[in-house]
Amino acid sequence: MRFDLHVIASWIEPGSKVLDLGCRTGSLLAHLTKEKSIRGTGVEIDEGHAGEAIAKGLSVIHGDIYEEIEDYPDNTFDYVILSQALMQVTDPETLIREMLRVGRLCVVSFPNFTHYRNRFQMFFTGRAPVSKELPYQWYDTPNIRVIPIIDFRRFCAGLHVPIVREVAISTHHHDEKGKVITFLPNLFATFGIFMLGQPS
Amino acid sequence: MSEYIDHDKTGRSVGLVRKHAFTFGESGQGMDLDCGRTLAPVTLAFETCGTLNEDKSNAILVCHALTGDSHVAGYYSEDDPKPGWWELMVGPGKPLDTDRFFIICSNVIGGCMGSTGPVSPDPETDRPYGARFPVVTIGDMVRCQRRLVDHLGIDKLLAVVGGSVGGMQVLEWSVRYPERVHAAIPLATTTKHSAQAIAFNEVARQAIMADPTWNGGDYYETGRPEHGLAVARMIGHITYLSDESMRHKFDRRLQDRVELSFDFEADFQVESYLRYQGNKFVERFDANSFLYLTKAADYFNLENHYGEGSLVAAFSRASCKYLVISFTSDWLYPTYQSRTMVKAMKKNGLDVSFCEIEAPWGHDAFLLPNERLSGLIRGFLNRVCNGCGLGGDHAV
Repeated sequence: MRFDLHVIASWIEPGSKVLDLGCRTGSLLAHLTKEKSIRGTGVEIDEGHAGEAIAKGLSVIHGDIYEEIEDYPDNTFDYVILSQALMQVTDPETLIREMLRVGRLCVVSFPNFTHYRNRFQMFFTGRAPVSKELPYQWYDTPNIRVIPIIDFRRFCAGLHVPIVREVAISTHHHDEKGKVITFLPNLFATFGIFMLGQPS
Repeated sequence: MSEYIDHDKTGRSVGLVRKHAFTFGESGQGMDLDCGRTLAPVTLAFETCGTLNEDKSNAILVCHALTGDSHVAGYYSEDDPKPGWWELMVGPGKPLDTDRFFIICSNVIGGCMGSTGPVSPDPETDRPYGARFPVVTIGDMVRCQRRLVDHLGIDKLLAVVGGSVGGMQVLEWSVRYPERVHAAIPLATTTKHSAQAIAFNEVARQAIMADPTWNGGDYYETGRPEHGLAVARMIGHITYLSDESMRHKFDRRLQDRVELSFDFEADFQVESYLRYQGNKFVERFDANSFLYLTKAADYFNLENHYGEGSLVAAFSRASCKYLVISFTSDWLYPTYQSRTMVKAMKKNGLDVSFCEIEAPWGHDAFLLPNERLSGLIRGFLNRVCNGCGLGGDHAV
């Protein structure tokens, strides 16, 4: 499993109810089911990924996260997870409010756009950065947002959503290993992972 | 549903099977039907594959579609040319694995494949019921199936599985008898027919009733309304396919000719195909049964029956795990209908998985070989087994 998912998994209390938005083939849910006896549900838009996740024995809905999250009653879950999907979300504010409606806590992770290598690439080559974390060209990227860690903090403050926990990590996209970055994370971390609480 | 019955390419099969009959209500106490009438006696033709375990916890009920029967898998004899209708799904090592599960499939009441229906003798006259047979509902069919499950000594089914009108029975089971079902797999189905689906059924029924030999349903001694039934089947077939599958299968290709005939022969392959399917169907199916079964499908309305118009209220009665599957090109029961039921299940906090499978073959896709479909059912049933302490063949 990816290192960022290991970090997220370490935050989840055993036996809790978890919704994973954009769960892909369900590796996080499968891990949490096995190791922490959670009751998990996933939402995944890609038929192949959703099919693979269900075939693993997971409870997964093949559909769009915006539409699917609407159906859950308030406080259905302990945790709602959005891992590495925020860059593709058209309306992050609505989605995060919905996540905090259906769940007590929400966990969001995303590639940190202002990692120093991205900055160097832009500065020295003058071109849009392409990295292992964000491997696309401008013309084929599914990512419609670039998110620096410090901007995400400001965004949460603006929504009056408290950051309950935060960790910045340095790892490659599919790597199982990585390390936690505490010194200048906006510069040195490749991913930011946040746990958000109920808005004040 | 169409017929795609074929031998399993892998050669795996449950082998020889037998059709059994279960009869109740012989001494008067029959089945009180939704229409207000009583049916007695009631016979259900059924078949089983696999072995029922000691604590009777590994039983899966398969519900057949409109024109199916109890012959879900296997062969009746060594030289039987064809296996049962879901041979590719039911058998050793298959998703409905007969090495692990005890599979039950019964012919619905109102049918003509061994269960009580319009072709059965009316005890009052000793002649076939014909149109005097009471109108039955999906609920009536399921209540009869419950009597069979009771008869087999099974308290709780591991799962109920079925596509199309079979899927309606699956939904009915899960809402009517929540304490008797661990899991439900409704495939390519709906909680109620759209106006379009009712319209096609009505045209098909009219084709039968407009055939003079139908004779008000009393034709068993005078000759059957073969032409009407064949046309009804042709209409059904159109709704089971899709624009894409028809283009792929026939396009505008001509049948056994190089030029148009300029008469009313079957010029096009699609015409010839429909005529062939219609004529083949007449050999095995009863016209009155077709009328009764399409009516039952049209009457099915889960939200009205159990939720006073609210599907969310209807599913508040349910407690099983669900796996809902639809197919992209199914325009008879389009995906939005599956999504509607999934939505209502989620609002009740039910454990539901859903997948819309990309498939070009239209409504019939659930009967065709499909790796995705097999994988979904297999994985889902493994989880259900784990939850019931039966043990899956692999853990998550």
